[in-house]
Amino acid sequence: MPLSFYSTKLADAVNWARKYSLFQYPFVTACCGMEFMAVWAPKYDIARFGAEFPRFSPRQSDLLIVVGTITERQAPVLRRIYDQMCEPKWVMAFGVCASTGGFYQNYSVMPGADQVIPVDVYVPGCPPRPEQALDALILLQERIQRGEGHSQVVLKQERGFDVPLAAIRPTKMGTQGGVPNPPAEGRGGQSPPGPHATATRTGGK
Amino acid sequence: MAQVVLDKLRDRFPGGEILETGSQHGNEWARVAPAAWRQVAEFLRDDAATRMDMFVDLTCVDRSPREPRFDVVLHVYSVEKKHRVRLLAGVEERQPVIATLVPVWPGANWFEREAFDMYGVRFEGHPDLRRILMYPEFQGHPLRKDYPKEKRQPLVRRLPGSV
Ligand code: SF4
Repeated sequence: MPLSFYSTKLADAVNWARKYSLFQYPFVTACCGMEFMAVWAPKYDIARFGAEFPRFSPRQSDLLIVVGTITERQAPVLRRIYDQMCEPKWVMAFGVCASTGGFYQNYSVMPGADQVIPVDVYVPGCPPRPEQALDALILLQERIQRGEGHSQVVLKQERGFDVPLAAIRPTKMGTQGGVPNPPAEGRGGQSPPGPHATATRTGGK
Repeated sequence: MAQVVLDKLRDRFPGGEILETGSQHGNEWARVAPAAWRQVAEFLRDDAATRMDMFVDLTCVDRSPREPRFDVVLHVYSVEKKHRVRLLAGVEERQPVIATLVPVWPGANWFEREAFDMYGVRFEGHPDLRRILMYPEFQGHPLRKDYPKEKRQPLVRRLPGSV
């Protein structure tokens, strides 16, 4: 059986696990937050989709949900939060402010979170209905399963795979002394589209 | 409603400190010579008939191309007498400076910082005149009419491909 068969099946399994265990980091800045609270509350209950925990630490979360208006002054904060998240990570822009800046066309509001961080799903509305957030989550889960999340794509480009396949890749791992997983520093990267992951993997002996 | 305040002001300052007074929709206003700004404010706070003990708002208006270009606008209210008045003072674009009212009403502190941030009017004697809403790297004063409406000054480099 070719190696690619196992790696595809393993990627499927890992992505299946990923899509049902999204830990969220809610970056709530404005009025959309009021509507977003309903997404967690019992009536809509995002926990049904496996996205149970709001983690208020970016280092423990997979899904950054940008909820509300992002001003130019907040942009460095948003960028730093994103940079602190471990890969693979996903981003949802909740509301028109986070998607495009909405009706704020002025000197102070950034026209969309995607000016400084990559965004996977956009949720329109001012504010969106909670159902739309659930719809977006389902869309995102489908993308995760297909391996099309932005950081999954980046990881694949950098390493050739986006799941820890080290254990079944003897040719690549042989020189690394049998380390079963990609080095930790490669996964807690500083900036997403950089060459850091490749560098830590191939830069050793 | 607050006609008594205007009458008091005219009695107390006959020397041209009060340039103009008026009343519109039941709201009284007085245009004050900028040099007498602090003096008039202190009088309004301390006089037994006016007792303006509550600072409500202080802001600025850009009236360009009129000269003087800026109007500093002050709203005060008397909790005891239940009357309010609006004071205006013109500020030149060439030298946009006016006396601070923080020693009169401490609540004016952040409002004057905001007027400075948005319009560039400096309040002489203010204890801490820094920007309050925009970041320190910001150039210019965004609510001036000659500031381009959508001129943004990003702090983070944009991702390639974003508009
Ligand atoms: S999209 Fe509307 S509800 Fe959401 S933060 Fe912007 S203005 Fe508020």
